[in-house]
Amino acid sequence: MYRYDEFDARLVGERVAQFRGQVERRLSGELSEEQFKPLRLMNGLYLQLHAYMLRVAVPYGTLSSLQMRKLAHVARKYDKGYGHFTTRQNIQYNWPALVDVPDILDDLADVEMHAIQTSGNCIRNVTSDQFAGAAADEVEDPRIWCEVIRQWSTFHPEFTFLPRKFKIAVTASQNDRAAIRLHDIGLRIHKNDAGETGFEVIVGGGLGRTPYIGHTIREFLPKKHLLSYLEAVLRVYNLEGRRDNLYKARIKILVNAGGVEKFTDLVEAEWAAIRKSEIDLPGEEIDRIRAYFSPPDFEDLPAESAALEQKRTSDGAFARWLRVNTVVHKAPGYAIVNISLKPVGGIPGDISDVQMEAVADLAAQYSQDEIRATHEQNLVLPHVKKDDLYAVWQALTAQELATPNIRLVSDIIACPGLDYCTLANTRSIPIAQRISERFADLEQQEDIGELKIKISGCINACGHHHVGHIGILGVDKKGEEFYQITLGGSGAEDASLGEIVGRGLSSGDAVGAVEKLVDYYRENRQDNERFIDTYRRIGADPFKEALYAAA
Amino acid sequence: MPLLKLFGSNLVPALEEPLQEVSLEDWCDNPQAHADATALVIENDIGVEHIAEDLSSFGIIILKFPTFKDGRAYSQARLLRERFGYTGEIRARGDVLRDQTLFMARCGFDAFEFAGDDTAAASAALGEFSLAYQSAADRMEPVWRQRLDRAVAA
Repeated sequence: MYRYDEFDARLVGERVAQFRGQVERRLSGELSEEQFKPLRLMNGLYLQLHAYMLRVAVPYGTLSSLQMRKLAHVARKYDKGYGHFTTRQNIQYNWPALVDVPDILDDLADVEMHAIQTSGNCIRNVTSDQFAGAAADEVEDPRIWCEVIRQWSTFHPEFTFLPRKFKIAVTASQNDRAAIRLHDIGLRIHKNDAGETGFEVIVGGGLGRTPYIGHTIREFLPKKHLLSYLEAVLRVYNLEGRRDNLYKARIKILVNAGGVEKFTDLVEAEWAAIRKSEIDLPGEEIDRIRAYFSPPDFEDLPAESAALEQKRTSDGAFARWLRVNTVVHKAPGYAIVNISLKPVGGIPGDISDVQMEAVADLAAQYSQDEIRATHEQNLVLPHVKKDDLYAVWQALTAQELATPNIRLVSDIIACPGLDYCTLANTRSIPIAQRISERFADLEQQEDIGELKIKISGCINACGHHHVGHIGILGVDKKGEEFYQITLGGSGAEDASLGEIVGRGLSSGDAVGAVEKLVDYYRENRQDNERFIDTYRRIGADPFKEALYAAA
Repeated sequence: MPLLKLFGSNLVPALEEPLQEVSLEDWCDNPQAHADATALVIENDIGVEHIAEDLSSFGIIILKFPTFKDGRAYSQARLLRERFGYTGEIRARGDVLRDQTLFMARCGFDAFEFAGDDTAAASAALGEFSLAYQSAADRMEPVWRQRLDRAVAA
């Protein structure tokens, strides 16, 4: 993985020093909260319902065990002993004291971490495929380009006060694990007919109040031009994006208001004017970054492990975890391990300091020292030998990190909701907890199969409800919490937006509604259809009927 | 509202001379009527390309920040410097705060109608970062070039 050189380290150090000064000005009263707000927001520090919240960047979701141990240390020393992994591969701390934040940032800088651009109307932390560098289906490791973008976008002088926040995701696989069609810019590395690799550039996706699937504005961009092309997109957006209405300020509105052709023409014209300038990195610098992502030295192993097969046969619980939580690795004899942060009745994405340290230990011992955070609020050990899987499973089980529910009904994305968030209308976490309790039976979950439930506590859609196979949106009606169900969304390569199926339900009814929908699917599925496949085949009406038929 | 000018890597208080300002629209309508104008004011929702031909008529161009959050003038300044080769003064007007002056300077601003009082602090803020990852309209060498130079020297 990427390591800082003296330049990267100095920039982060200077940022911490700058913020320490800003915090001192706030604490001394020189700055009012109003004046301090834009400064703290540049450093990922929000003021939530009950306390400050610090969002720490995990660039493209990659962590070393040393970094994970530091995250545990921060949770223990400055917070209440836990952190929360977000849908943008970041981690949030919910209870830091303002006076401690510069020290937290200093501690993080010791392990090459920071909170830069995790909030504010700037280019946010770049996200990627959590299986990058391990996936059997990738063209190349997309993180090389994520790091190129990270550096280019850090303190970009022109793009720090955009109309709105700006999110970029990169993948190098046909199977979209990074939701690239739902980002301001999505980049997909692929091969053209001549065998060269380049980017499909997708612009204008996003959720929120007005969800859109992104448009492809360029099928193939040679990789060396990435930064100049991004700069052209950002400049058009910075100059032309709406600033009169917070809710119409994202690039998706600009793209769709004038039409994608007009937007593309503006970008291409801008790019033609700047592509020869010194924005793009020289090959030497790209090679320098690429070298950090060269594959680890995988051992020459047989594809199958006898030890593993023996345990698979003798231990049913292990066999289930293998089926559900592990994924094919590109190197023979290795597997990708998903770590579920969704125990039955738990808070999606939450992890304690002790659990973080256990994950760090496992990464150091079994996974080439690497850990990934996923946009579905789980973790990954990307490079585990099949021979070691049983030991890893036992260790994860001891920490309650082995719930075999990845992609299943209880692997729920939920925003923090009214338990923490100042924007929320309703709570999200208790709904997620109750659904996972209702579907606690593991055999039943596996029988139901892939089913993505996503819950947002308000229309800002941080819980991605628009792209849930079943989406749940909390709305406030005269002080009472109601939940609206959407069906048929997907954030993957077959991206689609869910459809609202009818009137809102009380929190109690919402959980029962999910059960009715699942029952209806099980009665009507054909062959190996997933929930979403059945929905797409038979349409919304029968599901609506099943949901609202007089009980 | 002190006027600060970029001098090397510092911001220095400057004497405010009376300007004869003209808006870009008025200039485009009738340049002859504004022949004595000394400063061109461009609103941030107008493309700077409209003035490309006449840039040499002005020693000062004023770009606006209605609030510090409205960052359109950063792009306007870069276009004036990098695309249209404007070498006169580019002055920031409006919500011009100490924590943004470095970004402004990097985009080509060299004069600031500073909205605060502590001009020494504003100048110090310019020095809070000694490096930049990306090239812009100023003379900071991007980090990637420094890396290359170092590799060549080694």
